[in-house]
Amino acid sequence: MQYMCLIYAREGAGPQPGTAEFGGLMQGYQEFSETVTKDGVFVGGEALEDVASATTVTRENGKVETMDGPFAETKEQLGGYYILDCKDLDEALKYAAQIPSAEYGRVEVRPVMVFDK
Amino acid sequence: MLPPLKLTHVIEKTVREEWGRILASLTKNLGDMQLAEDCLQEAVISAMNHWQKNGLPKSPPAWLIKVARRKAIDRLRRDQNFASKQNEISYLIELENQKNIEGERDVMQHVIPDKRLEMIFTCCHPALEEKTKIALTLRTLGGLSTQEIANAFLDNPEAMAQRLVRAKKKIAIANIPYEIPDKQALPERLSSVLNVIYLIFNEGYSSNSGDSVTRADLSDEAIRLARIIKNLSPEETEITGLLALMLLHDSRRQARTTSSGEKSGEMISLEDQNRERWDNAKISEGIKLIKAALPKQRLGPYQLQAAISAVHAEAKTWEQTDWAQISALYNLLYAMQPSPVIRINQAMAVSYSQSLQAALTMLMDANEAGKLDKYQPFHAAKADLLSRMGNTTQAKLSFKIAIKLSNNQQEKDFLIQKISH
Repeated sequence: MQYMCLIYAREGAGPQPGTAEFGGLMQGYQEFSETVTKDGVFVGGEALEDVASATTVTRENGKVETMDGPFAETKEQLGGYYILDCKDLDEALKYAAQIPSAEYGRVEVRPVMVFDK
Repeated sequence: MLPPLKLTHVIEKTVREEWGRILASLTKNLGDMQLAEDCLQEAVISAMNHWQKNGLPKSPPAWLIKVARRKAIDRLRRDQNFASKQNEISYLIELENQKNIEGERDVMQHVIPDKRLEMIFTCCHPALEEKTKIALTLRTLGGLSTQEIANAFLDNPEAMAQRLVRAKKKIAIANIPYEIPDKQALPERLSSVLNVIYLIFNEGYSSNSGDSVTRADLSDEAIRLARIIKNLSPEETEITGLLALMLLHDSRRQARTTSSGEKSGEMISLEDQNRERWDNAKISEGIKLIKAALPKQRLGPYQLQAAISAVHAEAKTWEQTDWAQISALYNLLYAMQPSPVIRINQAMAVSYSQSLQAALTMLMDANEAGKLDKYQPFHAAKADLLSRMGNTTQAKLSFKIAIKLSNNQQEKDFLIQKISH
């Protein structure tokens, strides 16, 4: 069964690009991706560009409204995700806890909805 | 012939005793706690009809699980997505076709394998809220009604029912397994389980509603579960502490209510208990366990409470109790677990080791911002202190509030009897 691991962190939290620590973080992600691939649980996963690059659209009575930035002003921002295919929540949580950003942000684990079950 | 009411009572008792075991096994079979509970509930209703007419079957639990499984097969067959349920259905039919299940205990063991431990780890999973874990364990393993659980939490039954439904839904959707966690995850998962077991024990020891203060089955169940977990993880001193604590409390089971005469079943305080009636086997096992755990220097709330209980158990009389030691232990306990009930108990110890005034001050400090105004033990303790100080009028007032707040008849009787002294 599939679980989506949503990686949240406050902007500016954790190692920033251009620092030595950032290389370590990237290394951590690479290792994590290798682990989940090797274990056969990796379904998908991407890192997202900064929220400054986000655009939000809504539609009301057919009228589209486009806004700069994320819809809500949240302190924590979605920075990336993994979709993992695990046998149960315990396994999913075990992997989620290994995601490097869990150290300075948080990882929300949600089951992917299965229609027609 | 037995009057119908009596039979209903027997059925209720059987269901309560066997509920957890049957439900855990059924849940493991079906992989769905809600479905298992619904089917078992249907089987119970069916039992009411059949047993009234035909008398009790040889093995009521075996009867219940058999009927519950049939109900499950029916439900799964009616399910829109019949095809996706094929595996469950074939498995249930296979179980159904097993040899005659009447009678023998070892056959019972085979038909209803004990999956309560797996179940308790599911119910106490860290992905569930604390209160939900406790409620779920009481409902699924203790077989308590939603109403009783709501009473235990001073919560309203509708909110409690919703909480339970949400929890079962989450377990199903997020696929929380029905398994004993691996060694690595065990310690963390364990502390949550211990908390829940102790609550079950207390529910058995001084039930919050109903006619009997001691629901021995639940206390035994809690002790049994603690023993199983202790075997699983013998190096964990807090399990030992919890087991010791429960044994020491339980050793007073016979002494804490009156057994004969017209006033049979009345609660007797620790002070007035006939210590001859304490169960020495349980006391020595409890003391032995806690004495083995304490030197390992991994103190925890259960070990401290067990130590307190052991001090009581070792005192020949109430007067000879080492109150200073008890008060000191409560102080350590409060540092770890700042809960009002611990302060109330410490105040009672202080009333013997220091002074009544010091105890009353401590008690009133615990009720800061009136947060214990609706808490029965607070008023009972206050009444006791005031009465011992000779302030009869104020003491009576507090006793009356305590009586009003209690929903247990034995507890009420106990407090009423105190008032008249």
